[in-house]
Amino acid sequence: MHGTLSTGRTARTAHRAAVVLVLIVWLLPLLGVAVTSVRAIDDLNRGNFWGWPSQTRLVENYAAVLRGSDVGQLILNSFLITVPAVAGTLVLSTMAGFALAAYRFRGSLVLLALFIGGNLVPFQILAIPVRSLMADTLGLYDTRAALILFHISFQLGFATLFMRNFTRQLPAALIDTARVEGLGELQILLHVAVPLLRPAMAAVAVLVFTFVWNDFFWSLILAHSNDVRPITAGLQALRGMWVTSWHLISAASLLAAIPPALMFFLMQRHFIAGLTLGVSTD
Amino acid sequence: MPGEAMAGGGARRSGTARHFWQRHEKVLVPALLLAPGGLLFALFVLYPIAASVRLAFYEWNGVGPKTWVGLANFQELLADHVFHTALGNNLIWLALIVIAPVLGLGVALLLVRMTLAMRLARSLFFLPFVISQVVVGMIFAWFFNADFGLLNRLLTALGAAPVALLEGEHAIFAVILAGLWPQTAYCMMLYLAGLTAIDRGSVDAARLDGAHGWRLVWHIVIPQLWPAHFIVAMVCVVSALRSFDLVMIMTRGGPYDSSTVLALYMYEQAFLSLRYGYAAAIASVQFVLMATCVSFFLWHMLRRERQ
Repeated sequence: MHGTLSTGRTARTAHRAAVVLVLIVWLLPLLGVAVTSVRAIDDLNRGNFWGWPSQTRLVENYAAVLRGSDVGQLILNSFLITVPAVAGTLVLSTMAGFALAAYRFRGSLVLLALFIGGNLVPFQILAIPVRSLMADTLGLYDTRAALILFHISFQLGFATLFMRNFTRQLPAALIDTARVEGLGELQILLHVAVPLLRPAMAAVAVLVFTFVWNDFFWSLILAHSNDVRPITAGLQALRGMWVTSWHLISAASLLAAIPPALMFFLMQRHFIAGLTLGVSTD
Repeated sequence: MPGEAMAGGGARRSGTARHFWQRHEKVLVPALLLAPGGLLFALFVLYPIAASVRLAFYEWNGVGPKTWVGLANFQELLADHVFHTALGNNLIWLALIVIAPVLGLGVALLLVRMTLAMRLARSLFFLPFVISQVVVGMIFAWFFNADFGLLNRLLTALGAAPVALLEGEHAIFAVILAGLWPQTAYCMMLYLAGLTAIDRGSVDAARLDGAHGWRLVWHIVIPQLWPAHFIVAMVCVVSALRSFDLVMIMTRGGPYDSSTVLALYMYEQAFLSLRYGYAAAIASVQFVLMATCVSFFLWHMLRRERQ
């Protein structure tokens, strides 16, 4: 009795130690960047890249990044692109998902397949025509509108699939009762379905936020000025400017990583529910 | 006459319009709900695919007229060494991405208990997937830096010779390693979801029968994880064939194109060399490769939907 108890405790301690060890090794690159972002330049000149920092320069370094470069503007751009893209995707995918789930019509499965398949294509097969459409046809090259419009269109694939699957899980009797009571189809969507779809909409919102915020390829293709492009494309350019100022590069990188990381921690349940769709829900 | 009819028929017309709406509501509503999203998707996703494939048969510098060249772009690809390297690197990536599910499942099994501490641990473990690949690439470029990267610090501490991975001919492996970081985190999350959906009874029964450790995992747990394996395989294939950000940030395909991939080579041919037709041909090959791999998954998924 006593023996099994103590082996249980040993096993638990070993398990915990293993988890901590794996986590430290796993996050080592990130910890390194975090420590470097508060280092003084003297440390870097002396070759102290991985030891304990001689001084902490948290405020000074981050202030230098925000004052001495366009990072503030670039992060603002990221928000001005990401937030409208999330809102647009949310509205359009809720509408399309409802249409695909609540009505039976021929071709609805084909439409669904197109939405899923389109979402899996490599970006490069879209790049040249999308750039011509934005630049030559619509005159939107190097505007936030171009990035917002494209992100909405592309994210719709995944978002519609998600909203459709969620709408289908709503009890069918609910919609039928609403119809019998004389509610119009649009009223059913707005007043019956949408309130129940809130968790799904939250999941779509956090995932699309992360995907759009982290986009790099399209900000290279559709924008070039610092007034428009997001922090991801801006970081790459800043790296050329700050060749060896690793403390500044690290601070700017962390600033770019904080919004999606924060979003994930705050909305974790929805984020995971959205990401693991198809694994746990069937 | 027409004016008179319009003035007189106003009220009745709005009445018939409402009548028309009510009679066809169940057709009109889904059509209208699908229209804006469907149009955007058709314009910016479906049409560009067709337009790119068409462009692959032309020569175009982006401003002048397009010249039909037939299969010339594809013939050029066959003899292009950089294209061969890019394709080869994508295939190496595809082969090595298998490490992500293996490690991801291992960590998922380690973190599967639902205690508060384990939940915090899995959130932290998942962090690399949440942050931008641009940041991931910069972190790893710095980790592998020949002069002061942590890798060489460790190697010299152990008495080994330092290496300049990103400047050498095997740079692609350093990039793939960086790619495995977020991908493993993603796989872990998918497997954790799969593990919570598993039938507890069968695991407990097997445990009573004396199955432990590896035997339990191999014979009872892994076979029950099918929905997770399926999605994991799909997202890994897609990520290996799509890779662009990390290569662009860490090596820009160098040295001498040795670490380039199809996505980066296409980008360079289109937007730096302004050879749009040739770039479209590269993208078409990448697209067909992806379509071949993905159509299997898609077919399987739709078959399940139909039931």
